[in-house]
Amino acid sequence: MGFWQILEVRGWYFLTTLLGGLPATVLVALGAIAFALVFGLVIALLRMSSWRLVRVLAIVYVEFFRGTPALVQLFVIYFGFPDVGFQPSPFQAAIIGLGLNGSAYLSEIYRAGIESIHRGQMEAALSLGMTPLRAMRYIVLPQAIRTMLPPITNLSIILLKDTAIVFAVGVVEVMALARNLVTETLQSAAIYLIAGVIYLCITIPMSRLAARLERQRQAWQ
Amino acid sequence: MLELPAIYAENIHRWLPELLYYSITTLKIAAVSFLLSVAIGMVFALLRISKVRLLRAFAVGYIEVARGLPIVVLLYIVYFVPPQLFPELDWRWFDDFTGAVVGLGLHGGAILAEVFRSGIEALHKGQREAAVSLGMTPAQSMAYILMPQAARIVLPPAGNYAIGLLKDTSLCSLIGVNELMNDAKSIAFADYQPMAVFVLVAAIYFAMSYPLSLAVRYMEGRLNVSR
Amino acid sequence: MGRGTGGTADGDALLRIVDLRKSFGEFEVLSGITLDVRRGEKVSIIGPSGSGKTTLLRCINYLEKPSSGHIYIDGMLIGEKQTNGGYVHLSDRELAKERQEIGFVFQRFNLFPHLTALGNVTIAPQKVLGLTREEAERRGRDMLEKVGLGHKISEYPERLSGGQQQRVAIARVLAMQPKLMLFDEATSALDPELIGEVLRVMRQLAEEGSTMVIVTHEIQFAGEVSDRVIFMDQGQIVEQGPPQDVLFNPSLPRTREFLKHIQQR
Repeated sequence: MGFWQILEVRGWYFLTTLLGGLPATVLVALGAIAFALVFGLVIALLRMSSWRLVRVLAIVYVEFFRGTPALVQLFVIYFGFPDVGFQPSPFQAAIIGLGLNGSAYLSEIYRAGIESIHRGQMEAALSLGMTPLRAMRYIVLPQAIRTMLPPITNLSIILLKDTAIVFAVGVVEVMALARNLVTETLQSAAIYLIAGVIYLCITIPMSRLAARLERQRQAWQ
Repeated sequence: MLELPAIYAENIHRWLPELLYYSITTLKIAAVSFLLSVAIGMVFALLRISKVRLLRAFAVGYIEVARGLPIVVLLYIVYFVPPQLFPELDWRWFDDFTGAVVGLGLHGGAILAEVFRSGIEALHKGQREAAVSLGMTPAQSMAYILMPQAARIVLPPAGNYAIGLLKDTSLCSLIGVNELMNDAKSIAFADYQPMAVFVLVAAIYFAMSYPLSLAVRYMEGRLNVSR
Repeated sequence: MGRGTGGTADGDALLRIVDLRKSFGEFEVLSGITLDVRRGEKVSIIGPSGSGKTTLLRCINYLEKPSSGHIYIDGMLIGEKQTNGGYVHLSDRELAKERQEIGFVFQRFNLFPHLTALGNVTIAPQKVLGLTREEAERRGRDMLEKVGLGHKISEYPERLSGGQQQRVAIARVLAMQPKLMLFDEATSALDPELIGEVLRVMRQLAEEGSTMVIVTHEIQFAGEVSDRVIFMDQGQIVEQGPPQDVLFNPSLPRTREFLKHIQQR
């Protein structure tokens, strides 16, 4: 059977099988994004701390996670952590690994967003008696959100694409099912192309959204 | 409790030379696919701003697809799809190294196409006209006026791409290329020391990528001064 | 207790500054400022740029940390506290509490662009003083009314003129009901035709008896509203007294030269 015939005869079966992994893919992506959104903000705030040591540790964290492959980070967590007494499930390892990785990038996005807000805003808030944290929450962050939204969307796309490697730590998502199907049927061409289409159906609309947010942001300024 | 220093003291003389040997493969993959990305990126940047609508649409389509696919998926597609699509051809030359380089190159080409395009678009027509009106030849105006301005926009993101690429080579282990990550896996599981080995490998990747990121920051700093 | 210890407010001193010094690196911007401001007193500070007047104002609000010296409001030490070991800086939370008492009007307004005029005026009363939304809005409306902007409460800052923005900024400070108001060249970022409306509001506040410290280049205005004018140069108070003396009959050649210079502009 040629490629096109296979696609015609078995394509629907391949597609529905792979879609069975989509919930896991989306779950890992959402988990990692949520993790990164929260933890990235913590890192960004530590990075602006008035304690030098805290700042340095935050910088080391960011540099390390940005300077090493996500796959290595996942392996350290999934295969390495049991050595120190914590056995994460595949899902936990995937969400923690991609989340830590994303938080390093997000902390930089937060920082750039916060720094884009004029110093005078912080001073005005402080002079009204707000604590630095309150000033951050009510005055600086709401303004910085506009600047940060497009890069956050882009980072979400990257994290979603990165979920395609978490089969390596045993999460049964789209790519894991694709590999299983290939071992079963040996029809790698059709199966991987269909997997690709599934990812594109999510990532292309998301990057359209990011581009639109970016245009809006520029129109605002 | 795990005693990393003791483990390293005992094993590093066996692990490190082997890992460093495979780091060379990693660097080779990164270098070749970077060159391929630059070539593909140049071509598609020009197609993207072409006056022919069809060429533009083709370039946009390619860029969206190659950037929208997870790199692993792209690697699998590049490595497995063509031989099945055209089984009548001879694919013996298409080994895993070639597949890795082509896959990473196709992905990078899409990223660099957008980078190069923004560099080209940032050049005002007036700049070339001003240079020519001062008596410069087209080559001179390219070398002294246009390229320096484009470089300022292109170099930092191209450098960032190179850092990402270096890390992405680790994904080639998933299609079976014998590079740093693959070797790390085999050592880690053969010696039952995943934590120690993967932390060491992380350090090796960091040692390769960090100088690059310092270089990018240096460029960004220098290029900003004259803005 | 001798002068300058400042632990208790003797007389009617609302603001007391004792030997305040501030350096940026090698460069000393304030070289020992000592100053009392009575309750209800209006003090204008004039002087050439770089004389340290803005830094002095920012130190009072602890937007700049003084290098040495102490500041008291109503006998309460600002920005630091006394322990048996000496003075230590306050935590952010304690500092925030003290800043509620001191209003600061910035040269560049620093309105919050993501909030309406009313939002700008009500956010601190709600989040800092803990007023309910209704209470804060009632107060905010009154204050905007008072600065003549009752009709602009739901406009965003970008839709307001510079003069209107600065009046919102003043209303924002008033809504906190501060004991002391600091004005840092409140009109110098404004177009000439917009200066009058802001000065009018400031004059009104002065007449109502607010305690104000005003850094300004508006000599005539300083002469009309101030009880006392201070001339600063090179980080020191070089001359002070009633406006008619300092502004119209200065004793020092340096002051005379400055006044002549500024009036020619």
